[in-house]
Amino acid sequence: MAGGMASASNSAGIYKGRAGLLILPSWLVIGFFLLLPVCMMLIYSFLTKEFRGGVIWEFSLAAYDQFFFNRGLFGDEPPKIEWTYITIFWRSLWQAGLATAFCLVIGFPTAWFIATRVPRHRTVWLLLITIPYWVNLLIRTVSMKFLIRDTGPLNEFLLWLGMIGEPIHLINTNLAVQLGLFYSYLPFMVLPIYASAERYNFALSEAAADLYAGRWTILRLIILPAVKPGIIAGSILVFVPSLGAFLAPDLLGGAKTFMIGSLIEEQFKGNAGNWPFGAAVSMILLSIVMTVLIFYARNQTRREAL
Amino acid sequence: MLQRTQDTTVAVDIDRVTKNYGAFTALSGVSLDIRDNEFFTLLGPSGCGKTTLLRSIAGFEEISDGAIRLYGDDIAGLPPHQRPVNTVFQQYALFPHMTVAQNVMFGLLRLRKSDSEAQTRCAEVLELVQLSPFAQRYPNQLSGGQQQRVALARALAPKPKLLLLDEPLSALDLKLRQAVRVELKQIQKETGITFIFVTHDQEEALTMSDRIAVMSAGEVQQVGTPRDVYEAPRNRFVADFIGETNLLDVSVTSVADGQALCVLPGGREIICPAAAVVDPGPGHLSVRPERMTLTAPADALLSGRVENHVYLGTDMQVMVRLEDNEVLTLRVQNSDAVSVPDIGTQVGIALEAGAARLLAD
Repeated sequence: MAGGMASASNSAGIYKGRAGLLILPSWLVIGFFLLLPVCMMLIYSFLTKEFRGGVIWEFSLAAYDQFFFNRGLFGDEPPKIEWTYITIFWRSLWQAGLATAFCLVIGFPTAWFIATRVPRHRTVWLLLITIPYWVNLLIRTVSMKFLIRDTGPLNEFLLWLGMIGEPIHLINTNLAVQLGLFYSYLPFMVLPIYASAERYNFALSEAAADLYAGRWTILRLIILPAVKPGIIAGSILVFVPSLGAFLAPDLLGGAKTFMIGSLIEEQFKGNAGNWPFGAAVSMILLSIVMTVLIFYARNQTRREAL
Repeated sequence: MLQRTQDTTVAVDIDRVTKNYGAFTALSGVSLDIRDNEFFTLLGPSGCGKTTLLRSIAGFEEISDGAIRLYGDDIAGLPPHQRPVNTVFQQYALFPHMTVAQNVMFGLLRLRKSDSEAQTRCAEVLELVQLSPFAQRYPNQLSGGQQQRVALARALAPKPKLLLLDEPLSALDLKLRQAVRVELKQIQKETGITFIFVTHDQEEALTMSDRIAVMSAGEVQQVGTPRDVYEAPRNRFVADFIGETNLLDVSVTSVADGQALCVLPGGREIICPAAAVVDPGPGHLSVRPERMTLTAPADALLSGRVENHVYLGTDMQVMVRLEDNEVLTLRVQNSDAVSVPDIGTQVGIALEAGAARLLAD
């Protein structure tokens, strides 16, 4: 006992003054891969654009001005609100929210189903859910394009069944983008909910049934609160990448389904881009996401403080 | 002992209940009458079917055959939430995201009681289990004993016709367990609700129950008051499971009027009470360790050599090897007045009157 305590105080002595050194790797990683890129983006968003891509080191608010205001073709008219980009943002938020909702509606029962299998089978089900995601997202999205096009297998199958008279036009619609987002991010909803559901104590359901609760009441009052952390984590994991997604909208959607991800991507692609504008759009997107997350975090701590 | 007029209205009529899991029979034709206002215990080792029976009454298990009647109504087909029966679970199963008060009111609100009515009743039962100051706490802020009392309060709140308790004390430490036993019995008397209590702990069963059903291998072995099952065990299983006992191989000469004439190992004869009908021939005699005394070897019913003693604090346990190589265990009170013979000493054993009992096998 005495030896143990002595060595404990010794080890405290060894690390004294070196705590900063030991934490350095974490700071380097955070600094290089998180803070530095965000700072660069922030700075670039306030610079002047170079026409062939890149920036001129001269302070300018032009990027943000372009996002929010319309000053006419030559920039000499009185400013009006520019709706183009706000519409794109609104559409993206809507699409991402919808994708999150769909993922939740399908993902929760799926996760619950897996969590209620015998442990031996759970692994198999989880593997089946994740295997498709070993394939690159681009390839999966392109494959979906082939699946859902007018002469693709989906339409041919439905035609063969006689359920439809002529092919359903899916490509370049919001529905196609939605389908792409849903398929891209479904496991990110299933896995966290599964992690919560797996820890669920089924005696709680029995206790609730014993206390006169029917199945829906048990789901609403006992099961959902128990797996809520998984639902929230899953929703964030689906919502955030859906908001910035560009593969699904680019490949499956058309001009009418343009989303923020594609808008940003375009600004940095080839010579036609506008780096400060792309950086500004990214910053605005980041602020929206951060606002949502901070709101959630504060909600969570308030709940825990109770 | 307090005189108590036993109400003989049947609260729960368990009628030839059978439960099969595939080829395994968890309950085979169990029949029991549990009386109104009774503290009834299902006692048995793990796997004996006691928990299956409790869960069948609660509605968590569907019985394969038979009927369960609650005050005359067959409830075997009803889902758990339609049975006027509440359960105290082994690990309590308190809702972790609800306060103590919300847990207790859960059942009341499901029964569509008004908020004010639920709150009044909640305060009442929390008072009963002495947890009023903890109403706004969450379960993880309570000790094990307090959680156990919340589980009890939650189950009592809707005033069930029948309260089921599934080994509710097994997660508590010994001291607390002993205190809760007394409290639980008290609460049962105060509320007048019929309790069915499941346990594998014979001491718990003996101290709290009005009647005990001893179960083994999916069957009821014996039903009776604690005194009945301890002092007049029907068969070897009951004698062995409840308390400690010595099983002596004897040869039964004759049985008449509940009395049997048996030949003990060593050749002496004894007349003792017999459980039920026993045929003449080889049989088993149960003798409790505390109901035998050591005597001089000369004239004793049984004799042998002291093989070992074990110091138990209040008692000394003395093992005596009889001439036919059977080992008997005796309990001798640890006192200066009694001297325990040394190991190897030849001793005689005397039985108290009525201490031995012939068992049905």
